[in-house]
Amino acid sequence: MKALSQRRRHPLAAIALLLLGLLVTGGLYAVAGTVNEAKAQTTTYSAQDVEEGEKLFVANCATCHGIGAVGAPEGAHGNQAGPSLVGVGAAAVDFQVGTGRMPMQMNGPQAQVKPVQFNDEQTRQLSAYVASLGAGPAVPSEEVLDASQGDPAKGGELFRVNCAMCHNAAAAGGALTRGKFAPGLDGVSEKHIYEAMVTGPQNMPVFNDANVTPEGKRDIIAFLKSIETEGSPGGAELGSLGPVAEGLFIWTAGLGIIIGFTIWLTQRSS
Amino acid sequence: MGDHSHGDPNTSGTVATAGQGQVEKFQDPGLPPHRPRLADKDPRAEKRAERQVAILFAVSIIGTLLFFVGYFAIRLDESTAISTLRLQNMLLGLGTAFAMLGIGVGIVHWAKTLMPDHEVAEERHEVRPEEDRQVAEKMIGQILDESGIKRRPLIRNTLLGAGVLAILPAIGIFRDLSKNINPDVLRHTMWDEGVRLARDPEGTPIRAADVTIGSAFHVIPEGLNDLHEGKLNEKAKAVVLLMRLNPEDLQVSPGREDWNYNGIVAYSKICTHVGCPVALYEQQTHHLLCPCHQSTFDLTQECKVIFGPAAHPLPQLPITVDSEGYLVARSDFQSPVGPSFWERG
Repeated sequence: MKALSQRRRHPLAAIALLLLGLLVTGGLYAVAGTVNEAKAQTTTYSAQDVEEGEKLFVANCATCHGIGAVGAPEGAHGNQAGPSLVGVGAAAVDFQVGTGRMPMQMNGPQAQVKPVQFNDEQTRQLSAYVASLGAGPAVPSEEVLDASQGDPAKGGELFRVNCAMCHNAAAAGGALTRGKFAPGLDGVSEKHIYEAMVTGPQNMPVFNDANVTPEGKRDIIAFLKSIETEGSPGGAELGSLGPVAEGLFIWTAGLGIIIGFTIWLTQRSS
Repeated sequence: MGDHSHGDPNTSGTVATAGQGQVEKFQDPGLPPHRPRLADKDPRAEKRAERQVAILFAVSIIGTLLFFVGYFAIRLDESTAISTLRLQNMLLGLGTAFAMLGIGVGIVHWAKTLMPDHEVAEERHEVRPEEDRQVAEKMIGQILDESGIKRRPLIRNTLLGAGVLAILPAIGIFRDLSKNINPDVLRHTMWDEGVRLARDPEGTPIRAADVTIGSAFHVIPEGLNDLHEGKLNEKAKAVVLLMRLNPEDLQVSPGREDWNYNGIVAYSKICTHVGCPVALYEQQTHHLLCPCHQSTFDLTQECKVIFGPAAHPLPQLPITVDSEGYLVARSDFQSPVGPSFWERG
């Protein structure tokens, strides 16, 4: 039985494979080549993905986002349990679900990172479903995520102009208003960094491809990965949080050493 | 000194009574008995202390050598990795620290354990208050007498006059600090009618269609990158944050109806408190937060201050699009950017 299935190959299989390869490459090029908003690549998802994704969505997400992802009705104070997801694109789903932020565990100033609730296949199916609802940013291609092709120096400049005010110059994160915060970027995967820039999750602004080009985004990723691996030139970073952490350290450790020396200086030798 | 009660019921209480007719004098207790140290008694301890001091000096020598290893053996150029730089910093820092600490700790240890430690008392010199006062008085009198300031009023009066006048230039100089700045420099920026909005740092112009809802663009005036002189000063005044929100979210006051373009608004990035860049934009709450002192501006209410120490709203840059679809300024800012100044009004 096994031997039979191995030998059985349709004469048109080679052509079908070639066609499939062309389609995939063409799809990837289309994603990488679009200058403005990358449109949802519904073609890369099969109808079955969309169907499975819809089932997952109805079971796990529709409570807040509504059936059909049209969003929950607005409450008395303009609050909304979950916004409409029409047109947010596959990248937004891949980011929110792939980092564990969604499904949200509890209400709060912002959704927090937690252990991922869906596996890669389910995340892909959910992305396929949401992408089928309306055009939006697609999951980025491998090419724009390759940090080794980026220019970390250029990325550092872009990062300091566009990102550092919230995420800290050393990407250690920082506080926003009323309990919200910009997370530290150490250990965030290339794909999720890229998707966050394109989709603007929660209170982060959107940096579309007309604002920061895909190459610029790759440079930013290269910069983040280089400071992640190279570390700080000044030795101990103390969380890269600036004067508070450094001041606490020098007031306790530094003064402790000075007090130790004064005690030793004035002590009689035994 | 007094007589204390010893529990006798007739003289109970703990109050000391003054000694009757006894002339008490504080007795100098003298120096405490000399206690020899371990190194004074035990030759082995002495040898050990000697070795310890030598080791500490050797630590200093090794520290200096480490410094030179870091200074000469590590060469920095364009391709130097940060880890190499960190290694050099560590060698320079630890080398210097050990070089200094080794000598200092060694000398103190030497003095404490091996050098003679017999106590010496230095007698305080006798206090002669009246005599000293008279000597000082005599000296001052002599100075006054020899300078002849009492006998020569011409010199005294001209000196007084010169002293008073000499202060006046200082008043002029400090007054100039505020007066010599032309406040117009603070009122005007590079923005003018028709100047295109460009991306920071590339300087490429921005199309209105590029600014999608929720976007935040960091903007400089086009042409800023071509400046050769005063570029940073101009940039510090002209930087702008460009955002787009739903037009119905904007509360536009009369006179500002045509300052935004389809919900695209541009505001100065310079905080009106002390001039930090306000660029922490929250795209859902539409708050702009200044990272220095937490001044918060509400974008939907034309950047009104809703929290923090800033006194004025962020100035809005009136914008529109040109015939090619690029965003351009309608004019300069209508109010001065940045912190308040004396002539701001």
